[in-house]
Amino acid sequence: MRRTAPQNPTDYLPITFPTLMLGVFFVIPFGLMVMVSFFKRVQGGFYEPSFTLANYARFLSPFFAEMLVFSLGLAALVSICCLCLGVPFTYRLTRLSRRAQVLWLIGLLGVLSLSEVIIGFAWSTLLSRTAGLSNLFVWLGLMDKPVAWTPSFAAVLTGLVYQAFPYTVLVLYPAFSRLDPSLMEAARTLGASPVRGFLNVVLPAMRKTLLATFIIVFIFALGAYLLPQILGRPQHWTLSVLVTDQAIYQSNMPFAAAMAVFLVFASLVLVAISGQINRRGGGS
Amino acid sequence: MTKDNRSTFSRRSFLAASTAGVSMLAMPSVLRAQDRSIKVGVYGGYFKDSFDKHIFPKFTEETGIAVESVAEPTGEAWLVQLEQAARAGAAPADLSMMSQVAMLKGQSTELWAPIDMSKITNAGDVLPQFLNKYPDGRVAGVGAVAWYINLVSNTEAYPEAPESWALMWDPANEGKLGLLALVSNSFLLEVTAKTFFGGTGILDTEEGILKVMDKLAELKPNVQLWYRDEAQFEQALKSGEIPMGQYYHDVTGLAAADGFPVRSTFPKEGGILDSGCWALSRASDKVDEAHVFIDFMTRPEMQSLMSLKVGTAPTLKRDVLALTDEEFASVSSSIDPIVPRYDLYTSKADWLNQKWTELIVG
Repeated sequence: MRRTAPQNPTDYLPITFPTLMLGVFFVIPFGLMVMVSFFKRVQGGFYEPSFTLANYARFLSPFFAEMLVFSLGLAALVSICCLCLGVPFTYRLTRLSRRAQVLWLIGLLGVLSLSEVIIGFAWSTLLSRTAGLSNLFVWLGLMDKPVAWTPSFAAVLTGLVYQAFPYTVLVLYPAFSRLDPSLMEAARTLGASPVRGFLNVVLPAMRKTLLATFIIVFIFALGAYLLPQILGRPQHWTLSVLVTDQAIYQSNMPFAAAMAVFLVFASLVLVAISGQINRRGGGS
Repeated sequence: MTKDNRSTFSRRSFLAASTAGVSMLAMPSVLRAQDRSIKVGVYGGYFKDSFDKHIFPKFTEETGIAVESVAEPTGEAWLVQLEQAARAGAAPADLSMMSQVAMLKGQSTELWAPIDMSKITNAGDVLPQFLNKYPDGRVAGVGAVAWYINLVSNTEAYPEAPESWALMWDPANEGKLGLLALVSNSFLLEVTAKTFFGGTGILDTEEGILKVMDKLAELKPNVQLWYRDEAQFEQALKSGEIPMGQYYHDVTGLAAADGFPVRSTFPKEGGILDSGCWALSRASDKVDEAHVFIDFMTRPEMQSLMSLKVGTAPTLKRDVLALTDEEFASVSSSIDPIVPRYDLYTSKADWLNQKWTELIVG
């Protein structure tokens, strides 16, 4: 592998195609969205080209501020849950035999092949009163009568964590499998218990990976719009649900675009802040 | 040796033939490139299946025009797609079945090509409320079918059929209801106005609408599910998970006929009467075929067939239809229906949507 900087135009050739794709399928659509967010909404019709800040002004209200805070909070909570489950899981996984690791990873990749709709409906059945898990608990004598656990905040959270968990493991896995086992051995030799060694040595060494995983899952969860609808009550709907409502059901593209731009902006700011914290906290 | 040769030959020819066959199937347009065809959008799922099975083949058989049916999403999602496509000069479907709110929104941007009623044989029999017109009198859409949104219930959870929409406010029904999530497709403002305020006249002013919304807020504890996706509520209603709510009369009737413990009731205040029009995208070049299609679909015998097979209410005058009273009663009712205030969803669309979202989310 060559590590020198590109010398002449032909050296850029290998990255031309990805750059082109990124431009056509990301930069241009995003630019169009920003453009539409300044267009004028025609009520009872569609929209017309113009330059207005009215769509952003409508967003700046306590109602949408609360929605934004809820969406960001939910996404952060999903990330935290995924990390709490994913980190010990991945650490244990990398200590298993090669064969077992492959089987586990295939299983996790299998989950990724499920569509959001199927995940949503499966969980809503599992958590339902008539056919759900609570019937099993009643049969086991743990509960008096079956109850509906969906729609609820816990159901939304469960669905989102389930959906994001494979991504968490897949992002953590390479770093954990490269982790030098001598770190843990040294900690144990110096008298640390396995748990203490894990918390005080392994986790700090993994700080950057953990932050990267947090951000990926956070952004993934921020875009969720189906699971909150299927598993939640209206107060658990995220901003993405309202963006969909405006774009698809109210044919209000400019307002939907303005909300989407705001959402992207808010998540970029959070990513920048966490990057800053990481740099300062990292020291080296 | 000979045998081997022959088998190789036949296998090869089989492969070639099946490749050709598969590619022909993959591109149906190639098969009937010479023929006339039209793309028709109808609501996906049960609706489209019934049309594909009972209605479109008859049309193709008689006129030789092939129908390529397109599953359209409910609500205004399809309108947005048609609108975006028309701006680019494309039509994902030539004709589409559009609900009233979407019709009106499309009319305001001249999305629909005008229909020449002189080419429609039974034009005079279409009930006037099912003809959508531009302000200058051109026809934007012709009534395809009408449908009712009724009070539905699970017969195991509710042995007695509910009689009134007011039952939805009963504190005994806490956590039992499934209602449509959007102001412009649930028509719950009209239901509340007619049930508690003597009619939809109160919705003329913003103060009146807010009063109706206050009344509507009282039933929030009873609502277990605000649905956008119909399948979600249908499933829950059948299983009894959510034993009551508002739903389409036609689909509920079919589910009951399949043996599920569900029923649809026309409450004493009336069912909600909504309708769909055939509307032609201005980007379509199949104007002639579209007129032939509308002409065919507005025949009394086709309207009757749709009532019997799809469960929708006819858009033609009662006296030209060959339906028996019993058949007619199964798809319609003599109780004065709740007619949605479509004007609100265009003139006050954004204000209503904002207040509604705050009402159900808050």
